[in-house]
Amino acid sequence: MAFLDRTARSLVLGELVAGMALTLRYFFKPKVTINYPYEKGPISPRFKGEHALRRYPNGEERCIACKLCEAICPAQAITIEAEPRDDGSRRTTRYDIDMTKCIYCGLCEEACPVDAIVEGPNFEFATETREELMYNKDKLLANGDRWEPELARRLELDAPYR
Amino acid sequence: MPKLTIDGIEVEVPAGSTILQAAEQAGIEIPRFCYHERLSIAGNCRMCLVEVEKTPPKPIASCGYPVAEGMVVHTDSPMVRKGRRGVMEFLLINHPLDCPICDQGGECDLQDQAMGFGADHSRYDENKRAVPDKNLGPLVKTSMNRCIHCTRCIRFITEVAGVPDLGATARGEHMEVGTYVEKALGSELSGNIIDLCPVGALTSKPYAFVARPWELAKVDSIDVLDAVGTNVRIDARGTEVLRILPRINEDVNEEWLGDKSRFSIDGLKRRRLDRPWVREGGKLRAATWDEAFAAIAAKLKPLPGDRIGAIAGDLVDAESVLALKDLLASLGSTNVDCRQDGARLDASRRDFYCFNTSIAGIEEADAILLVGSNPRREAPVLNARIRKAWLASGLPIGMIGTDGDLTYPVTDLGASATILTDLHAGTGDFAKILAAAKKPMIVVGQGALARPDGSAILAAAWRLAAQVGALSRDWHGFNVLHTAAGRVGALDLGFVPGPNGKTADAMLSGGVDLLWLLGADEFDPSRIAAGTFVVYQGHHGDAGAHRADVILPGAAYTEKSGTYVNTEGRAQRGFMAVYPPGEAREDWTILRAFSAVIGKTLPYDTIDALRKRMEQVNPVFGRIGHLARFGCSDHTGPAGDPSVLSDSPLGSSIRNYYQTDPISRSSPTMAACVDAQSVHSLAAE
Repeated sequence: MAFLDRTARSLVLGELVAGMALTLRYFFKPKVTINYPYEKGPISPRFKGEHALRRYPNGEERCIACKLCEAICPAQAITIEAEPRDDGSRRTTRYDIDMTKCIYCGLCEEACPVDAIVEGPNFEFATETREELMYNKDKLLANGDRWEPELARRLELDAPYR
Repeated sequence: MPKLTIDGIEVEVPAGSTILQAAEQAGIEIPRFCYHERLSIAGNCRMCLVEVEKTPPKPIASCGYPVAEGMVVHTDSPMVRKGRRGVMEFLLINHPLDCPICDQGGECDLQDQAMGFGADHSRYDENKRAVPDKNLGPLVKTSMNRCIHCTRCIRFITEVAGVPDLGATARGEHMEVGTYVEKALGSELSGNIIDLCPVGALTSKPYAFVARPWELAKVDSIDVLDAVGTNVRIDARGTEVLRILPRINEDVNEEWLGDKSRFSIDGLKRRRLDRPWVREGGKLRAATWDEAFAAIAAKLKPLPGDRIGAIAGDLVDAESVLALKDLLASLGSTNVDCRQDGARLDASRRDFYCFNTSIAGIEEADAILLVGSNPRREAPVLNARIRKAWLASGLPIGMIGTDGDLTYPVTDLGASATILTDLHAGTGDFAKILAAAKKPMIVVGQGALARPDGSAILAAAWRLAAQVGALSRDWHGFNVLHTAAGRVGALDLGFVPGPNGKTADAMLSGGVDLLWLLGADEFDPSRIAAGTFVVYQGHHGDAGAHRADVILPGAAYTEKSGTYVNTEGRAQRGFMAVYPPGEAREDWTILRAFSAVIGKTLPYDTIDALRKRMEQVNPVFGRIGHLARFGCSDHTGPAGDPSVLSDSPLGSSIRNYYQTDPISRSSPTMAACVDAQSVHSLAAE
């Protein structure tokens, strides 16, 4: 009996029809993939992407060269040198992050007493050469200027949990 | 000796001790800000509260409370904890929350103790106090908002440095620490208030914002900018020496360090010799080591031994001195001299050129005679010890010389060296004081020795010492105060002219055809005769290098492991903190390499082998850090006729404390100090 049943199913292509039916069902369902890079998925306010150095609204850079980020960095990716600026305030003369060493743990952001170094939402900073991933202060400040509205918004959203 | 119980531990302490000292002896730490064991007790921070049984029920400041028999002390009771928390809250009321930009951050007493005793938040909503910063000169940076009024700096400057520049004005919240009238601190020890400040109110100006304490590699070393042999710690990051701090050594520097030694490190980065140079056609040309060695070897080959000479400078380590001496000996020359200033030092016996009383021994002395020496400029840390002795006993201090500006009262005996004869003859009040003293000290400075009648002064001082009882079986009161860190080590290794050898003077004025200068810069290079071929081995492009025909780049004291003998005769060892710049090498290795080039290979390949050889030459080098004090039973004096003293005035060999050697002359910070002090002295006039 079992033999007859199997033979009959094979002859009417039952498996094929079931498979095609499944395919057809998914054909009309909403898609789970997105059309990257024209579309992007949502990311959390805590997403740890490319670093940026922020400024105060008056344009003054926030970083005060306290070196806490340098101290806490588990990958030792941050290098800071500092000296008194002409007005006597404490500022960095050098702020380098080796993005190839960085493990994107976000501890620098947490250590910063003035919210100067942050990890922003940008994850699309692939480069053609390794050297381009050695970020210096200018690059980080430029990042900050470019992303400031989003950085500020993200900090605001995350503030209740800090 | 009262016995007391602290937290259940029974201790017996000398009568008159305080509870805090007793607790320290019991190994219990009591937090404190104003108390410091080398300063007087102020009792104004109130952090050291403890509870004592059977006293009125209130916390007691332990730093100023004397112990009594049978006392029972609790340092960790609920009352004590509550009291300390309250004190900490009061201290933090006016202390700004600026640790991230404060240079003290990471090594701050207030930061540490706030972690231990402070609350996690502030209850204070009013405005904080704001105090204008003071300008204390080019060394000490102030941030007076941070001051917690412990008054350690005031007490240090007044008591130890003896220059009462700092003080407090107004009281309570309005109290301000400052100099009354704006001026640079006039002390050579002013840098120590940076170490003493328990918060970040006083920080180092040249080091401002440069580094954090956790970034620094710490290496023990010996300071070479004066002859005291101050124990220091070199803090370096990468290839740079960033700061120098004193280490505690009760026998030498206690915990103080002179400003020149602390702040001249920026001179280590400037005017450095970082590659060999050879003079061709009157101009120096950058060369390789091989070319430089070949140039010297070619010049050296036809010369007989007695036409070759070497002079060792002030900052040299004993290792390179011995290597140079051995090299010259292998060439058949005994023309070696370490007395580039022409000081008439007698190297025939060790106590003729050492500070025999020892620095700690100064505190036992009951009369001091300074001859042609200004310890304040020549050895500020040693000067602080003399002041300490004076504060403790009020001992009479006499001075023969023109420098009167010391930090304790001195009896001015005149400036002529012939006064030594008068004192020997017993004329004058001070002769009676010396004769009556049980432990008199006579300190002969380099200013008295580096002159034509130097050996006469040395002999006359010795004769006087013998007469007034400074030389006895258990007290040696004859002292030579050196200014060059490498000098005593070189004398110990016999780096003086041998039989038929030529002195530095003779070598400079054409006595030799090839002159090897090992870091020797303290003479006018135009004195070197025109035909002399000069090899300069050293670390700075100073006087010697300008005259040189071949320059061999050596290492500064932070860049090599070296042994230095201080003015007492104590051999001490420093270690390498950073590598020498460029192609520069450690000095003994240069000499060893050159000896191989000319086929007279020195018999040591490692620094340990060289140190074994040093120990053979003089057993002093086998007892690193130790100093055997001894009396004097042999009263035979040094060579020299004590009767041919000249009448010209004696003075210190150092006019300008801040610039005495190639390192400090290259230092912008030291130049700023000179400017500040000259403005200061102009204003005084």
